[in-house]
Amino acid sequence: MYKKTIKQLSSALQNKDFSSEELVSSYLQRCDSHNSNLNCFISLMPETAIAQARSADKKIQNGEAGPLTGIPLAHKDIFCTNGTKTSCGSSMLDNFIAPYDATVVTRLNEAGMVTLGKTNMDEFAMGSTNETSFYGAVKNPWDTARVPGGSSGGSAAAVAAKLAPVATGTDTGGSIRQPASLCGITGLKPTYGRVSRYGMIAYASSLDQGGPITQTAEDAAIMLNAMAGFDERDSTSAEQAVEDYTKDLNESLDGLKIGLPKQYFDGQLDASIESVIQAGVKQLEKLGANVKEIELPNSELSIPAYYVIASAECSSNLARFDGVRFGHRCDDPEDLTDLYLRSRAEGFGKEVKRRIITGTYVLSAGYYDAYYLKAQKLRRMIRDDFRSALEDVDVIIGPTAPQTAFKLNEFIDDPISMYLSDIYTVSVNLAGLPAISVPAGFANELPVGMQIIGNYFAESRLLNIAHQFQQATDWHQQSPVGFD
Amino acid sequence: MSLEKSDIDKIAWLARISISEEDTPNYLHDVSNILELVEKMNNVDTDNIEPLAHPLEITARLRDDKVTETDQRKHFQEIAPAVDNGHYLVPKVIE
Repeated sequence: MYKKTIKQLSSALQNKDFSSEELVSSYLQRCDSHNSNLNCFISLMPETAIAQARSADKKIQNGEAGPLTGIPLAHKDIFCTNGTKTSCGSSMLDNFIAPYDATVVTRLNEAGMVTLGKTNMDEFAMGSTNETSFYGAVKNPWDTARVPGGSSGGSAAAVAAKLAPVATGTDTGGSIRQPASLCGITGLKPTYGRVSRYGMIAYASSLDQGGPITQTAEDAAIMLNAMAGFDERDSTSAEQAVEDYTKDLNESLDGLKIGLPKQYFDGQLDASIESVIQAGVKQLEKLGANVKEIELPNSELSIPAYYVIASAECSSNLARFDGVRFGHRCDDPEDLTDLYLRSRAEGFGKEVKRRIITGTYVLSAGYYDAYYLKAQKLRRMIRDDFRSALEDVDVIIGPTAPQTAFKLNEFIDDPISMYLSDIYTVSVNLAGLPAISVPAGFANELPVGMQIIGNYFAESRLLNIAHQFQQATDWHQQSPVGFD
Repeated sequence: MSLEKSDIDKIAWLARISISEEDTPNYLHDVSNILELVEKMNNVDTDNIEPLAHPLEITARLRDDKVTETDQRKHFQEIAPAVDNGHYLVPKVIE
């Protein structure tokens, strides 16, 4: 039963082929046998999962089931789950039992989903390899000597290894799309503000966005139906009405206008990745799309602009971890200052401290204009590039990441190389646009993701294109050996 | 723009993170490299460009002036490092 998509699981549950309790038990068993190897989960929640499954089974018996009732999922450990440890991958929150549920968690609970556990992630979502986690690196199921990507690496590896049929993730600079690409699965970053940030531990608030990590685009549409929507508890939640994201899945792609940014295919892109993406675009042309070259002239500036803005926002957001009301506190502080200095030094890992220090610097007196304000100006230029490109074309397509999964420890002491690998994803967050990564082939036997970027609130269109692509290809059905 | 050791000391203090003497050179190296990476921004003329703080340029919503939070002090105090009688304890700040 673990080979099914959530769409298929839902029909099987409604047909009483098996119960949610049987389904959940079978996933918990798979988690048990594979987690020590892959390290996808920080916490497993077998007791609450079985209780949730039993209550879902009752709803199914009574004919009150919705499309997600009784379906298991894994939550990235950045989403607060009432009464359960929510660590954000950090020693700072190793002892933190969340006192409330994130809105995403509430919504998916209300939809009848069953939480298997909380997935591993880069500490405070800062990283592209999942190696900055206090709980150790996650292994990529396609090659356990490699990383799954990050920061939602545990969620992506869990879905790829079929330890969960679906998982939640968050994406500040690519943290849903890049691990989806590296693990050969589907990952959707919705428009900024589409999914509530309430209870989702903040990294960079003007960039953070939650979304689903799934086996198929159809599953992503079903998940987004439950996750999206206005939330008055999130001050930047979009008030735009939510559509049925499954309604356009079967629309034809005839006449679809695809833009290929010249800057994404500039000769520096690895040839094996480029040929996978070009083949994917050819496939979409066969389905009726028209392709033209477009310009995103300031793409190269997205890395500097992103690392200034994200670090600045992180230094401000993470000021709350002071050892006073929750989280790690150092032993025997001499005075209040010592309590702050040591609690934060001990509680945060190296990459988080690097970003806090960088962010503090760019916001400090005398440097604010040169760095932070400058980056915000570039952010407008980058956003405007996308806006004018999207007047001409419906979607923009390119690679999700410039490479396949890295080897473990490859970038551990080289943050700059890790940052540069975010080149195709961070600009989308700066602009606040939605984008999806879908499996499009392999390079050196490792999965390669194709990124489809759409206009604001055009999630239905993205899901339609991704679904049609998946109807015509079987890249998303490939499984890593040992997990099929 | 190259940083000095004293810059790292100053920023670490502003960020309230203690950094040991032996770790300071690593931060100096890493943060200098990050700043070098972002220097590229200076090659762009942004004279007539307005900064963009938020991708959708939304304005803050107002809500009715009503209490919507419930009292969860007990719940929140359960996860605090040190509490007494409903208060959060910190080292003495007033002699």
